[in-house]
Amino acid sequence: MHLVVSTALLSPNVTRLVVEAPRIAEIRQPGQFVIVHRGPGAERIPLTIADTDPANGTITLVIQSVGKSTEDLVALKPGDAIADIAGPLGKATELIESGRAVCVGGGVGTAVVHPIALGLAANGVEVISVIGGRSKEWVIFEDELRRAGEVIICTDDGSYGRHGFVTDALKDVIEAGGVDAVYAVGPVPMMRAVAEVTRPYGVPTFASLNAIMLDGTGMCGGCRVAVGGKTVYACVDGPEFDAHQVDFRELADRLGTYRDFEAHALEVARLRRASNEESAATAGDGTCLIPGLATTAERQQAAPAAGERRA
Amino acid sequence: MTDQPIPVPGTGGPAASLGDTAFQPAFDHPLSPKERMTIDRAAMPEQDALLRAANFREVNLGYSQQLAMLEAERCLQCKNPVCIEGCPVRVNIPLFIERLRVGDLDGAAASLLDDNALPCVTGRVCPQEIQCEGRCVRAKKGASVAIGSLERFVADWAMTHPDRPKATADPTTSGRSVAIVGSGPAGLTAAGELVKQGHDVTVFEAFHAAGGVLIYGIPEFRLPKDIVAHEVDRLVASGVKIETNAIIGRTYTLRELRERFDAVFLAVGAGLPVFMNVPGENFKGVYSANEYLTRVNLMGAWNPESDTPVLKGHRVAVVGGGNVAMDSVRTAKRLGADEATIVYRRGKAELPARVEEVHHAEQEGIRFELQVAPLEVLADENRWVTGLRCIRMELGEPDASGRRRPIPIEGSEFVIECEMVVVAIGTRSNPLLTASEPDLALNQAGYIVTDEHGMSSLPGVFAGGDIVRGAATVILAMGDGKRAAAAVDAWLRGEYPPAPAVTGPAAADAPVPASAAAGS
Repeated sequence: MHLVVSTALLSPNVTRLVVEAPRIAEIRQPGQFVIVHRGPGAERIPLTIADTDPANGTITLVIQSVGKSTEDLVALKPGDAIADIAGPLGKATELIESGRAVCVGGGVGTAVVHPIALGLAANGVEVISVIGGRSKEWVIFEDELRRAGEVIICTDDGSYGRHGFVTDALKDVIEAGGVDAVYAVGPVPMMRAVAEVTRPYGVPTFASLNAIMLDGTGMCGGCRVAVGGKTVYACVDGPEFDAHQVDFRELADRLGTYRDFEAHALEVARLRRASNEESAATAGDGTCLIPGLATTAERQQAAPAAGERRA
Repeated sequence: MTDQPIPVPGTGGPAASLGDTAFQPAFDHPLSPKERMTIDRAAMPEQDALLRAANFREVNLGYSQQLAMLEAERCLQCKNPVCIEGCPVRVNIPLFIERLRVGDLDGAAASLLDDNALPCVTGRVCPQEIQCEGRCVRAKKGASVAIGSLERFVADWAMTHPDRPKATADPTTSGRSVAIVGSGPAGLTAAGELVKQGHDVTVFEAFHAAGGVLIYGIPEFRLPKDIVAHEVDRLVASGVKIETNAIIGRTYTLRELRERFDAVFLAVGAGLPVFMNVPGENFKGVYSANEYLTRVNLMGAWNPESDTPVLKGHRVAVVGGGNVAMDSVRTAKRLGADEATIVYRRGKAELPARVEEVHHAEQEGIRFELQVAPLEVLADENRWVTGLRCIRMELGEPDASGRRRPIPIEGSEFVIECEMVVVAIGTRSNPLLTASEPDLALNQAGYIVTDEHGMSSLPGVFAGGDIVRGAATVILAMGDGKRAAAAVDAWLRGEYPPAPAVTGPAAADAPVPASAAAGS
């Protein structure tokens, strides 16, 4: 069991969870991720480790709520527990040892690029972070990234920083010269656009792929994606790859495999939540109205989590 | 049809109504071998095929007490019990059957559990027809004793009577510790054996629940997950510690385990899926059997209340002919497929799956496209699967595996229309752990090389199951686990190598080539 230590809303749909995971906090390297399984019946979700605090034995997860499973995770409160966190998974980022690097972050990817930026800075690399969002309220991790170096902010509506896309700012930085590597984490269209910006300049570019996966150990093959015409597994061969070789179209397509299922699950979950709130309001005390029938929450509390029972 | 009441002579009667202590032999006088020969093999009661093809409940329903005790009478109690030779974990088959025959269920269960750490599992998924039952002398003239069904009956009885038989665990502790990597059949069996020897055993499992292929791979309708959980719980109660969410090669290194523990047993399986290497394999709607079955079994996607999604096709093509392919195709049928089809490049005689699984699949309306090989996955403009382009094969001369080599028939290409393709053509070794330790000797295919007792090139590090022999069956992995446990025990006592009598490999244990992958 992993206790949730603190939570914070960073942008309208991005939440930060600090959770206990001492072993992972102790050994994780930049770029690595965990698989989170909230409890019985929940999905296993891969999430990149945005930060760690080895002294306190905690890791920071930054979650964009886009579906039922992520909504359930961001609804957790301090003191709640997550049944299972497995990791650290994936290969560590190939950090350059010297020179200048640009870290490009879009949306929740900004949190993911953060440990990479810190790792580069620790190597003595000059780090320029280019981060963006739709508008000011969607920009996250600005202060954290400033610890690694210069931060250039771009917003689609110009409400904060530069008006425009991160790729425009990236192009300017590359034009100015001296960029040895680019690390991009964000939505697939953003990473694809970054790859196209850097390709003519021949700047080595790495993209972190957020593929669908179950186990994170190479066993399911669900995260397979073509890189350089060869099928690789994001979970064990990555998650970071040469962005100039990644088949982003295939990645985006496979990410859409469960779109209908997810939309339906989210709608059902929201309707249930609304109806629970309604019946809670009527009953006054939140208990189930049908005698003898336990609520889902009660049943989940009564049933020991798999990890706990077996551990 | 199969569970009609069997007339039982003598005092047998409805033993079930008399309570657990009232097991009476089926006959009131000892039968002569000749009389025993006249009893027909009791058929396993099954859920009706049409009914079960639409649910995930267990297909085989298990013997009643009456059926079990009648079947036990069929055992001739051979002086030279060749059935034991056919069993990779060397269950003393005549002993537990004799105890069952006389109504000593406690004794039968004690004997069985002493020999076999997972009898509820093996009684369900072993290919008995090529092991114990294949050797049974009664098979020469009629049908063998239904050893698997009897094992299942006794094991299930023990499960429902958790306080019986009394635990026989050695209360003395050795002061030695063992790390076991992987909680599948090999790892759990070794854990059970080693904890009995008084060692401090910790099993590391990458997933959030223990059981390995028993929980992620084999479907509910063949091996209910509650049964696996029960077997795991019994091991935990006997002192085995299990650490889930621990990936060796990531969460801990093998080096760390060697420092923390006196010995290590690697039983990580052959977890990497093999794909067909044909165009279109990354289209939406193509699954590895590993992914498909894990979604449905471990993550419970067969249940609409599960948060884990799984695609459902009206027409599903499953490529492969082993047990994993049968599990996948029967799962697809249960998830609502109108047409669930096995696509296999050789003929029916060459299907590597258990005979019973093929038979059950046929009963459930599974289609078989035999002597057919896939060429390409077809998809629509949105990259959703629409079909599998195939070619028909003819069978030539036997190849290295002894099976007739399939040869494509020119011009015989055709398309199997489907919305989903599940690839179940085998697995290979996962380098996650093995690559993290350069001194661990591997063969060309990436499997761990061991000596005849199961020790790897690293002193005190043993290995067994699929990571040594390539994809095989549950029971062969369990045999490896049992043999390795004896070797680990000898190592811990400073008496390595162990006496040959304990560990001598038998013909039944010979590693099978990975190409004959059956998966369970």
